Amino acid sequence: MISISNVTKSYPSAPRAALDGISLEIEKGEFVFLVGASGSGKSSLMRLILREDVPNGGEIFVLGQNLVGIPNRRVPMFRRQLGVVFQDFRLLPNKTAAQNVAFSLEVIGKSAGFIAEAVPDVLRRVGLEHKANSLPSELSGGEQQRIALARAIVNNPAILLADEPTGNLDPKTSEEIMALLERINLAGTTVVMATHDRGIVDRLKKRVVELKDGVIVRDEKGAGYGVQR
Amino acid sequence: MNLKFVLSEVSTGLRKNLSMVVSVILVTFVSLTFVGTAGLLQMQINTMKNYWYDKAQVAIYLCTNTSPDTVCPQGEASPDVQKTIMAKLDGATLKPFIKKYYFENHQQAYQTFQQQFKGNVVAKYVQPAQLNETFWVSLKDPNQSAVITESFSGVTGVEQVKDQRTYLDQIFNILNIASLAAVGIAVLMLFSATLLVSTTIRLSAVMRRREIGIMRLVGASNFYIRLPFVIEGIVAGLIGSALAGGAVFAIVQYFVQGYLVNQLPLTSFVGLGDAAAILPLLIGAGVVLTALASNNAIRRYLRV
Repeated sequence: MISISNVTKSYPSAPRAALDGISLEIEKGEFVFLVGASGSGKSSLMRLILREDVPNGGEIFVLGQNLVGIPNRRVPMFRRQLGVVFQDFRLLPNKTAAQNVAFSLEVIGKSAGFIAEAVPDVLRRVGLEHKANSLPSELSGGEQQRIALARAIVNNPAILLADEPTGNLDPKTSEEIMALLERINLAGTTVVMATHDRGIVDRLKKRVVELKDGVIVRDEKGAGYGVQR
Repeated sequence: MNLKFVLSEVSTGLRKNLSMVVSVILVTFVSLTFVGTAGLLQMQINTMKNYWYDKAQVAIYLCTNTSPDTVCPQGEASPDVQKTIMAKLDGATLKPFIKKYYFENHQQAYQTFQQQFKGNVVAKYVQPAQLNETFWVSLKDPNQSAVITESFSGVTGVEQVKDQRTYLDQIFNILNIASLAAVGIAVLMLFSATLLVSTTIRLSAVMRRREIGIMRLVGASNFYIRLPFVIEGIVAGLIGSALAGGAVFAIVQYFVQGYLVNQLPLTSFVGLGDAAAILPLLIGAGVVLTALASNNAIRRYLRV
């Protein structure tokens, strides 16, 4: 599903490589936590999987697609198979919850008929069908993140990337989001989640990949957040 | 393709960016008006060339007593000179080139002069004897005036051989320079128009950066992301070039046909048909230019 071998990524402005020769295999249906301090390379790795960046060395295959050699014009098609959520939700403030979800389908050319069915359906999946016509400013942080999740999964992606999705939420709301992510995972979507939230990682006992200074220092199944190094 | 969605994006972009869009429209309008005017001037030059070149004659001026000694040492041309010239004009060598010719004596030249300079003080002082007797030669092909010039220049009793087209060429040169200047200004303004389009599109992109970010994440194609911006540019360019087309029509209708035609009744001028011929050119240039400029701007701003 995701196959990373010996990948290096450095930025011109930084003296040290963000990722320094890492290798990682993620199978279909897995739930993986990426943990590590800020600057350990979690975000760089997510960006590479999304093909927002190209590595300086090594190979990345995602969904059978070689992300180093893929031509720019094929990138959009590739991204349609991925869903992404962020710490800051990234909803459009002038669109309602339903419009925000519909927007992501409109811009990839889905038909009005498909959108009319898929949007209420996915809002039901995240438990917010009654907030379809609310603007993001009228929703709580947890609700906004659930809308963002609805937008990420409405096109049934094979992989869901979540970059600190609970970073801005209180513990109780975080639990709700995690329950939702687990349900999405159980439905067959591979989930890769970068997080700092020790409590969540410890409680869910999933596979944990720990990064430090651009290197994988631990890759353990059914593990906890681990000792702070 | 979801046309409704694209169009709503376009109208949002145009409304949010109104002042910049208006400036793009105005710059395109003014620059293309210059382009159109330059085109009209060229058409006018061609119309006038066709009209006047046909009428232009070659003049063979004979010596008078007041001619300069360097060319006419013997003073007033004798009747023999006239005969020699007439014989030559009727001869086998020159005859095939000449449509017709006529002779103008001192008295006729004086009358013509009095008519042309009516009311001018010069008319009072000039004497018939001071005005050259002249052979006026019309050629079958006005381009072959050199044949006459070469045959009669330096002939005894001939002061000067002058192709009238050389006077016309001066006028045409001035008109040509004017139309070149218009093109020069137009090029400068079109350049600033493309820069303005780029800036406007960038502003528009910055204002919609959240939307663009999401479009890229969910895998909207580059074409789909760029399309609203390019259409935005095209709409502005289209309005600007349509205004320029209107201006060109107005110039022809009100200035050329409404004013110049009355002032210079003997000249043929460009008409609305000529303006109509320029219109597609202007609209094409406006649309292509703004489309390219906006596509270029958005392409540089948005990498995958």
